[in-house]
Formats: sequence, structure tokens, C-alpha cells
Amino acid sequence: MRKQVLEGIKVADFSWVVVGPVVTRCLADFGATVIRIESATTPDILRVSPPFKDNLSGLNRSAYFANYGANKYSLSLNLKHPKGPAVAKRLVAWADVVCESFTPGTMADLGLSYDNLKKIKPEIIMLSTCNLGQTGPLAQQPGFGTQLVSLAGLTHLSGWPDRLPAQPYGAYTDFIAPRFAIAGIVAALDYRRRTGRGQHLDVSQLETAIQFLAPVMLDYTVNGQEWIRSGNRCPQAAPHGVYPCCGEDRWCAIAVSNDQEWQVLCRTIGHTELEHDPRFDTLANRKQNEDELDEIIGLWTREHQAEEVMHLLQGAGVACGVVETGQDIHEDPQLSHRNHLQMLNHPEIGLHSYDTQSFQLSETPARLERPGPCLGEHNEYVCKDFLGMSDEEFLTLLNEGVFE
Amino acid sequence: MLGPYKVLDLTDYKGFLCGKILSDLGADVVKVEPPGGCPSRNIGPFYHNIPHPERSLYWFAYNAGKRGITLNIETAQGRDILKKLAAKADFLIESFPPGYLDSLGLGYESLRQVNPRLIVTSITPFGQSGPYKDYTATDLVGMAMGGLMYITGDSDRPPVRISFPQAYLHAAADAACGTLLAHYHRELTGQGQYIDVSMQQSVVWTMMNARLFWELTGTFLKRVGPFRAGLSSGAIQRQTWSCRDGAITFTVMGGAGGAGTNRALVNWMDEEGMADEELRKMDWNAFDMAAATREFHQRIEDKIGQFFAAHTKQELFNEASKRRIMLYPVSTPADIAVNPQLAAREYWVEVEHDELGACINYPGAFLKSSEVSCALKCRPPLIGEHNHEIYKQELGLSSEELAALREASVI
Repeated sequence: MRKQVLEGIKVADFSWVVVGPVVTRCLADFGATVIRIESATTPDILRVSPPFKDNLSGLNRSAYFANYGANKYSLSLNLKHPKGPAVAKRLVAWADVVCESFTPGTMADLGLSYDNLKKIKPEIIMLSTCNLGQTGPLAQQPGFGTQLVSLAGLTHLSGWPDRLPAQPYGAYTDFIAPRFAIAGIVAALDYRRRTGRGQHLDVSQLETAIQFLAPVMLDYTVNGQEWIRSGNRCPQAAPHGVYPCCGEDRWCAIAVSNDQEWQVLCRTIGHTELEHDPRFDTLANRKQNEDELDEIIGLWTREHQAEEVMHLLQGAGVACGVVETGQDIHEDPQLSHRNHLQMLNHPEIGLHSYDTQSFQLSETPARLERPGPCLGEHNEYVCKDFLGMSDEEFLTLLNEGVFE
Repeated sequence: MLGPYKVLDLTDYKGFLCGKILSDLGADVVKVEPPGGCPSRNIGPFYHNIPHPERSLYWFAYNAGKRGITLNIETAQGRDILKKLAAKADFLIESFPPGYLDSLGLGYESLRQVNPRLIVTSITPFGQSGPYKDYTATDLVGMAMGGLMYITGDSDRPPVRISFPQAYLHAAADAACGTLLAHYHRELTGQGQYIDVSMQQSVVWTMMNARLFWELTGTFLKRVGPFRAGLSSGAIQRQTWSCRDGAITFTVMGGAGGAGTNRALVNWMDEEGMADEELRKMDWNAFDMAAATREFHQRIEDKIGQFFAAHTKQELFNEASKRRIMLYPVSTPADIAVNPQLAAREYWVEVEHDELGACINYPGAFLKSSEVSCALKCRPPLIGEHNHEIYKQELGLSSEELAALREASVI
């Protein structure tokens, strides 16, 4: 009996940074054999990005890299070495799926364009993903998700209307694109199973990010209306905000969507006099007096712990949640119930946590078995066991510096 | 790609995108709405600003390409029909509160009795079990409890969400991944299964490396507005800058990732007489952004900021793309609508809305395949639009049965 969905599926992963590695992490969690092809000559930026074990940088010390590298094998292969591309082609022959996230054209320069891959393996599935897609006048524009988030309209919609936008933390679009790419790859695997045909998937991270703003775009094209950032406010709800709680930089989010919830909120926080207060009795009135409303709610929340506010209001059926810090995420009882964070022992970082997938399959659950790999940790294993190299061949290539 | 497969989509706004992804990939997706229509049809904005269940742009955006029927699953007849539909379907997606379908006798265990191959996917705020399973969560609460909010916003104000709801889009897109993984397994083994998606967990992924700072260093990353945190030194550096007519995003990066872009920017500034000696002589390869002090960042930022302030975002982006500088404009919806890259790739798809006598430009395919088109097929369904087609032609009900069901408000 098969235990894992992608048992037997082989992935040669030339991608780097976040999007590609998050895609292949998911494939690996569901049983695919994934080889990360990297090189010490141009290490993955995540390997040199914090947080590091003991705050000391080192190619195998970044937990950021390790998290997305879990369950994968690492082959360090210098593609710029004259013999590098030949080894890459052997990986293609071995693989069902090839992933890459370079600037368009880079793979072709290495002799690894989709057309070439097809010659090696006609039914290959290739994912190419970059900021702006493989074609078009701006295809070559370099960049990261930290910048793409602005081109995609998400920065414009984050922060306060009276100030410069506050960009969403990190590389936000890097967590949109992978979901579309994973769906595409798995659908392509099924298509190949039925038809025997492979394909090239071109995922523009800009085009996937705009899917997350589709109604905003329709509002512009249909009604000529331009959305702008609005702090935490929402036209259809009030109170709808983030309120200060006891302690330093502690907050809770409260969202009241209708008059009935408003009345429940008033009773729950012991302010029954507000229930029918004409300033707040309807959504329209609450919206009109929203600054005053937020002030009153904030005076109450300030007296309480964020967790206390959440449990109290949720108990009464009002949507409310702690604005969770990194520590809160680690201590959240619901995430813990779902085993969201799983501990794995990394050879250099030691025991640390890895995110698990947000979707749980009843019959073929995801598995996290190995920590993020050290650079080149599996060179010999991959070359001999997966590519069938002899000892002699491996040692020759090793001595020639192919695996640097 | 998914041409042969049928999906029953019982979701509200929390799960629309899941079925949309399956539909774009070729599956036949049928929205199953309560008589009168899905309550999420009341989510704005609306076509020509007229609130109406057939005019919700939120509904349009995430249900285009699907067919639609109405069915009251709270009646015995309705439940029976749903089981008949499920017997012929490959997937069923839902986003009701945990336990709701079970209470109707339509939970996974009941559905698998009628179709052991069926894949059932549930999208909820926190998952089907656990201490918060019955908690309610809007987008605001999801972004808070998923951890992205605490690190987004200005340092002197409360944390913020993104002003257009995101949390359930992450969950629904994740649901599509889980659903297709289960599908691949089912096609090889004949075994269906149940998928339980937690929106909170989907949002936690967007925190990127932030929670790991707590685990490895015992520190919290803080929200820093237009700046960027998370550097080894603890310093922050500017990411979003004012320019003549708006804002742009640019980061002074060093080393392999950023040396080229910084040199190209300084050369351009130099051509316009705006690069001083310090900038011209910088060894960007040796520059370690993570180790540089705030004072150093500030000095460099003042100089570059003056240059940006002298140009429009379009001028800056045009020149940046010629010179391969990692600079991007802070686009507004109007900017996105005329983005030349999207136009060249024929991203926008004109969809006919016969009921409105109009054509509407939609965001198009989320991926381009060398083998099959993933373009949007058609406008979203009207309430009960395909009742006749599906109940009569596909399920084989007679006209009399259909009339009786309509009479009893089952459909």
C-alpha cells in the first residue's frame, strides 16, 4: 500500500530563495524525492540570511533556510564548472519534475531550457517561476518578493492613508505564488499520468499576487474606484480594529460585523449603556463616530490581557484574536493542537522548529522527517544512489571541483 | 489539465478561491448555493456600485468559470440530492463551521458511504478540532492570529492588516493544493480522503522567518513601517521611499545579491550629477547590509532619497528595468491596469456578462502552460442558473420532480 501521495516522484530543484523552495518543500512533505541543486560559489541567499544559530552566520546556520529545506537532499553542484551542466542533465534524466526560479534565460544559457529538457526526457514537467514571468518586455527585471509586493499593489494597500505605505512584513508575495505553483505541478502530474505528456509551467509571481486582489482590480476596471490603505478599518464593520491591551506592545483584533454582534459586545464588556447609544446603535452611526468608538473600546481593552479579551469575546461569539507575536505563535494552543510546529534536529543548528502544511490529509498525511540539509550534505549519496555514478567517477568529478 | 473531473463547491467567501483554482485548471466546478443565493454574494464592491446579489465583484472575481445550482441541504430531499450529486463527483469543497455538515448527516463519513473515491475538503478558521475550533475569525482576526499583523505597520501605531482581505485566500489556495495532492493519490489507488485546512496555519506561513527570530534569538521583530527589519545587526533599512508622484520600493543590498543593482543606481545618479564621492567609491561587493549600522544606512538613504524625490515612479521603474536595478513602483490599481508586462503577456481576459450587457476585464490565468490553456472560461453563475441543466440533464430528474422541488423550496 502506498503511504505517501508523491512516493516515487523525483524532483530536481534548481530554484532558490523562497518561492521555489516552498513549492518543493510541500512536494517533499508529501513524499517526493527532492534534490536541491545549490553551490557554495553562489549560495542561496537564505543560507546567509538570519536568524542564525547563536547569531553567527554560516552557510549551515540559518534556520530560515533550514525551514524551507526540510525533507530535501542537497547536492552542491557548480553549474559554472565546465562539467557542471552535464551532471545537471543527468539529474533531468532522473527527474519527473524540474523546478527553477532564475531570471528568465539563465537555464537556457546552461543548456537547460525546456526544449532541451524535453530532448532528455520528453515527459518532463518543468516549473519556471520568477517575479514577472518568462516572456514580455520586463521579464528580465530582477528582484525579490520584498519588492514585487509593491508592483503587485499590496504595499499600496498596507498601512495608514495619511502616511507612506507600510509594506507587509517580509516577502509577502513569496507566500502567494507557491500555492498556485503547487496546484499546477500536481495537476500536471495527473495530466501526465493520463496522457503521458509533460509540460512547461510559467508562473509569474506578479500574476499570482494579483489573484489576491482580483475584486480590487475589478472595482477599478468596472467602477473606476481606486482602493487605498485604510489602517484596519473596513467599510462594512465597526468596531473593526486592533486595540491596546495590558503589557508592552500587546494588542487584540476585534471585528463586529452587525448590530446584533455590537449588542453582544456591549453586554459582554459590561457597557450596556452603549447598546442603544444613538452614536453607535447602527453600523452607519458606528462608522460615523468610529474614532470615538475606537477610543471607548480601547479604554476597556487596556484594562485586560489580550488573551483574556479574546477568550471573553469569542465565548460570546464575537470575532476577536490576539495579535500574535513570534512567541505567541510558538505557544498558541490551537497551533499546538494541529502540530503546526514540528521539532527536528539539525546537525549545526540543533533542535529547532519547522512549519508544517496548513492542510491535513486524513489518509496520506504529510511527513517531516529530515531537517534542512547542510550544503552538499548528500553529494555522494545523490550521485551514486540516484544518478548511478561509480566511486571512481564521483571522485574524479569531486577532485575537479564540480561539487563546489 | 483537470478536464475529466467534477467539483461540488459548497463554500462561501472563505473557500471560493479553491474551486476557482480547480476551475482554471480545467475542472467542472459547480457552486451549490442555498435557495436565494450564497450570502457571500452580498460582499462588495458591486458592479456600478449597486448592491445586489448578482452584482458582487467579490463573487465575480472568485466564481467566474464555475456553474451554479441552488439546493437547500437543510431539507431531507436536499440532503438526498446532495448525496446523489456527491456520488457522481470527484471533489466536494466546503467552508461551514466544524460539525455543521455532520449535523445534517452529510459529514465525510456519510459522503464516503455513497462515494468512497470522493475527496472532501473543509476550509475553516482554525481546523476541525482543537481548543479554538469554534472560534470565529474574520480576515482581521486571521491576520492577527496568524502572526503577520504584529510585524506589519508603523512603529508608533497599532499593527495593521492588508486593507483587502487576504487570510482566507491563503487558506483556499492551500486547500486547492491539498485537494489535488489527495486527487493524485486517489487516481493511483482509488482511495478518497478528507482534507482539513486551517486558515490560521496558512497565514503563519506568511510570517516568513519572523517567528524563528523568537526561537533562535529570543527577540521579537517589530513593525517598522516603510523600513525593513530582520537584519543581523538589528538595524533597519528603508524599503519604501517617496518619489515625485508617489512611492517606490528599493533596498540598498550588498554582496552578490545587491552589488550590481547598487552600482547601476549609482552610475545613473552620477550621470545626473547626483552621486557624491562616497557613493561612487563604495565597494558594494564588500558591503554587508546586515552588519551595517543605522547611521550608515541613514547617510546612504539621504543621498538616494533625494534622487528618487526628483523623479516619478514611472521614470524610475522604466530606467530601473533598462539598467537592471531592483527598484519597483508602489503600484495603485490604476498602475496595475496599464502595466505593460501584463498587457504583453495578455494577462487580462475580457469576459462577457450577457446579463449586464457588458464585457468585464478579469485577471486571467495564474499560470501559463505549454500544453493547455488555464484561461478563465466564462462569467460566474447567476443564482440557480444551471439547475435545469444539472438536475435534469445530468442527474436525470423529471420535469415534475424538478417542479415539486422548486415548490418545496428545495432548489
